[in-house]
Amino acid sequence: MSYINPSFRHPNLPVNDIGCTKTDYEGAISTLCAGCGHDSISAAVVQACFEMSIEPHRVAKLSGIGCSSKTPAYFLNQSHGFNSVHGRMPSVATGANMANRDMIYIGVSGDGDTASIGMGQFVHVARRNLNMLYMVENNGCYGLTKGQDSATADIGSKAKGGVENVYAPIDLVNVALELGATFVARSFSGDKKQLVPLIQAALSHQGFAFIDVVSPCVTFNNNPGSTKAYDYVREHAEITGSVDFVPKKDEITADYEPGTSTNITLHDGSALQLHKLAKDFDPQDRRAATRALENAKDHGGILTGLIYIDPDTKDLHNILGTTETPLRDLDQDTLCPGNDALAAINESLR
Amino acid sequence: MKPTDIKDPEYFHKVVDCQYACPAHTPVPEYIRLIVAGRYTDAYMVNWESNVFPGVLGRTCDRPCEPACRRGRVANDEEPVAICRLKRVAADNKDDITERLPPIPKEKNGKRIALIGGGPASLTVARDLMPLGYECVLYDDQERGGGMMRSQIPAFRLPEKVLSEEVNYILDMGVECHFGTWISSMKEMLDKNFDAVFVGTGAPRGRDLPDLPGRKEADDNVHIGIEWLASVAFEHTAKIGKKVIVLGGGNTAMDCCRTARRLGGEEVRVVVRSPFADMKASPWEKDDAIAEDIPILDNHVPQSFEIENGKLKGMTFEKVEAVYDENGKRSLVPTGEEPVFIECDDVLMAIGQENSFTWIEQDIGIEFGKWDMPEVNPVTFQSSLPHVFFGGDAAFGPENIITAVAQGHQAAVSIDLFCNGEDVKNRLAPGVTIMSQKMGVHEWVYDNDISDDDRYAVPHADKATALKNMKIEVELGFDQDQAYKEAMRCLNCDAQTVFADEKCIECDACVDVCPTDCITFTDNAEEADLRQTLSAPSNNNEQDLYVSGTLPTQRVMVKDEDICLHCGLCAERCPTAAWDMKKFLYEVTKAGRG
Ligand SMILES: Cc1cc2nc3c(=O)[nH]c(=O)nc-3n(C[C@H](O)[C@H](O)[C@H](O)COP(=O)(O)OP(=O)(O)OC[C@H]3O[C@@H](n4cnc5c(N)ncnc54)[C@H](O)[C@@H]3O)c2cc1C
Ligand SMILES: Cc1ncc(C[n+]2csc(CCOP(=O)(O)OP(=O)(O)O)c2C)c(N)n1
Ligand code: SF4
Ligand code: SF4
Ligand code: SF4
Ligand SMILES: [Mg+2]
Repeated sequence: MSYINPSFRHPNLPVNDIGCTKTDYEGAISTLCAGCGHDSISAAVVQACFEMSIEPHRVAKLSGIGCSSKTPAYFLNQSHGFNSVHGRMPSVATGANMANRDMIYIGVSGDGDTASIGMGQFVHVARRNLNMLYMVENNGCYGLTKGQDSATADIGSKAKGGVENVYAPIDLVNVALELGATFVARSFSGDKKQLVPLIQAALSHQGFAFIDVVSPCVTFNNNPGSTKAYDYVREHAEITGSVDFVPKKDEITADYEPGTSTNITLHDGSALQLHKLAKDFDPQDRRAATRALENAKDHGGILTGLIYIDPDTKDLHNILGTTETPLRDLDQDTLCPGNDALAAINESLR
Repeated sequence: MKPTDIKDPEYFHKVVDCQYACPAHTPVPEYIRLIVAGRYTDAYMVNWESNVFPGVLGRTCDRPCEPACRRGRVANDEEPVAICRLKRVAADNKDDITERLPPIPKEKNGKRIALIGGGPASLTVARDLMPLGYECVLYDDQERGGGMMRSQIPAFRLPEKVLSEEVNYILDMGVECHFGTWISSMKEMLDKNFDAVFVGTGAPRGRDLPDLPGRKEADDNVHIGIEWLASVAFEHTAKIGKKVIVLGGGNTAMDCCRTARRLGGEEVRVVVRSPFADMKASPWEKDDAIAEDIPILDNHVPQSFEIENGKLKGMTFEKVEAVYDENGKRSLVPTGEEPVFIECDDVLMAIGQENSFTWIEQDIGIEFGKWDMPEVNPVTFQSSLPHVFFGGDAAFGPENIITAVAQGHQAAVSIDLFCNGEDVKNRLAPGVTIMSQKMGVHEWVYDNDISDDDRYAVPHADKATALKNMKIEVELGFDQDQAYKEAMRCLNCDAQTVFADEKCIECDACVDVCPTDCITFTDNAEEADLRQTLSAPSNNNEQDLYVSGTLPTQRVMVKDEDICLHCGLCAERCPTAAWDMKKFLYEVTKAGRG
């Protein structure tokens, strides 16, 4: 970690549509280990939110416990945040989202926080299609508690201690697909070109958007023999295609050979342009996505990029038919109609 | 782009903006850190080695370093570090340094060098050659050493004591001085068989307006600025009329008007042809004049001296405006308004200075070129007569003290090579040392936690008191506390970011942490294209891009040096120590070194 954070920034930083520079999206200086992949993900969130001209006060950052879960302190200083207990971020996110549907929810978790102690929470938030971005910063270990293998570690992968992992890994992308998540992607902390547009698409997606970001732990799991190390991931990454995020106000300009690109319009009017590498891959076909995942796994590849998207889904609010108005904007009588109303409801159920 | 050759001493030298801009390449951040540490004597000696007159320059330097200072670039309303006035702090607070001066060999090397003129250029040559055993013989028409530092720079900017102390460090090395001696013939000089002759006679002639109507009749009350300043300095002149016009817009004009205010001038006006913004005077000189209630009238071209009863009563000026053509070339076009009459008792003409080599005969082998200036090699300072060297204002026209010093050092290198029978072009490369500053994970030898404060202003003496006495120094200098605070604004630009390609794992940590977005990993391209793809706008082409070799992902690391804060965070964040902060010390080669 570093102690100082100079107050100077580049004097000619670009300004976005709401008059902010990237600096307005920064957080405190990171206390993570030098070179931790998680810091790159924080930088990608800053970049994505700046480019989308998101008003920082409209964002709520939610996390559990772990090095990854500490990172909301290192981006979006001017946003709201809640650092929950281990593995319980989804519950807090659900509660917050139910109370105020107008906010943008960014959940940050780790592979330990999600795939071990928080697995039960994760599966339910996915199947409920809560409108949020759920990012797992996946380093295959419990970084904060000194590098024990996590449930996403591959069989045979060795962390710094040199012992091979013997348990079958949980592929959170697969699980998310299985549970009906409506936006599923995988990326790599060391590839911001891919990660930033994926975050932007996920933030625009109306529903549960899951990104598994492979994020090397430089201290405990970046050694030869680890399948979550910088070198290993770079050598084994296979991308579904490159993704361009096109904000609502811009026109799609990139031109690709017919048949190789797919344009997907998102709920808020922005668009995703996917330049596919495999011609038969269709990110709107859940089965094809599962197949692509399996194919990559067969020869030891790590499939990254946008894997599945269903742009027209009902999020939890729509499923439940809740009020359009955030609860804080309802007046006292509407929010709490009193004993007579309760009695009437009870009566109707008798 | 090709990978940057960081072995070339000029690459990192250029990153130390102040040092690079200083004609003598004074290691500025090095002495600023010594001031922070309270090591004033050490800070003084670092300066003395490079610029010979720290006490003088700390008050009077033209400070080309400050406009170049990185601190002035890192934010839109930031001002440079007060580099010059910190130099004065070192001088004001130092202990006795005589022990630290270079020893002068008792046994001489048998070579005799003539120095014509006793200004900073000649004194620097003596300072470099005396410790090597040369005998230096100095001639100057003034009664004491220092040249224009003594005759021109007024005492309220440079106390005599400060000047004499630093001039004497050199003369006391045993220089044979012939003061009050005007050299009227170069031929006679050459006949004395010196092994080498250095001409440091400055640019001693002030320009006049001989053809302006009324000039002759007004002569009693019209004075050439530099002659008048010299006669004030040598106490031949002690007063001036109540109403004074100073013609000209350079630093000489500023010294003339401020001096006039102290000698009885009550309504002193500076009248200048050019627009205010184009004036040659340094901004701070203008500020100081204005602060002494001296109005500056710009866009006024002198038309005539007005005479009444055979005596000057004022001047008439034509009003003009500046018009610039496509190439930015300026012309002053009359506005057609009525001429302006300004009443005055005296006029001081500060409209330029010229060289005068009437004492150098045409037939002795010293070639003269354009504008009657000698042909001088700009690197070696050798003239067409191999054992005659020029430096300071005599070489290329009026400049300033620090330029005279820098040229004196280079001329001394040449003279030493020449006297040893070597080729004067065969100059050694500058001395370079580069040393890691790492002490711990986030601890550096230098203090990277710099101050955010605005530039501190140097306190001034009370105006009423200062205007009463020519010898009261206006600037009081920083006290130690202010000096510490100002010094902490320095970014330590000599703490270089050094990148080791083979160690980098391309984790992006440095990119993410850099507060000013200096670093980018990207596909290589030509410089102009590369500048378009960097993390932050890269439009200062004066500043280099530092480019690595090709990395495993086939990209390159590109660092734009422009806005780097030298904070060291990239190196703190790098998990593999691919970045290191290394102190780069660049020393100009001096005579006899190596
Ligand atoms: C009014 C004024 C103010 C200035 N203020 C500043 C300032 O604040 N900061 C700054 O950096 N610079 C300033 N300068 C410029 C600076 O003084 C000169 O650039 C510098 O002194 C040049 O040094 P030099 O060694 O080349 O020659 P000089 O300092 O000019 O010294 C030359 C010496 O040679 C003598 N000499 C000339 N011809 C002969 C001869 N034939 N025989 C014997 N002796 C001879 C002269 O009398 C003089 O003493 C100022 C100049 C003027 C006119
Ligand atoms: C209830 C509870 N059980 C166990 C812990 C100890 N603990 C802290 S962090 C952590 C694992 C974090 O792993 P991960 O989510 O992958 O985060 P990383 O540090 O790897 O980013 C554990 C087990 C805890 N804080 N709380
Ligand atoms: S322990 Fe690992 S995960 Fe935690 S900060 Fe360090 S590198 Fe990152
Ligand atoms: S020292 Fe490194 S981190 Fe600091 S500004 Fe320069 S490049 Fe950026
Ligand atoms: S922090 Fe170090 S290893 Fe990482 S990209 Fe920068 S130089 Fe390379
Ligand atoms: Mg983990």
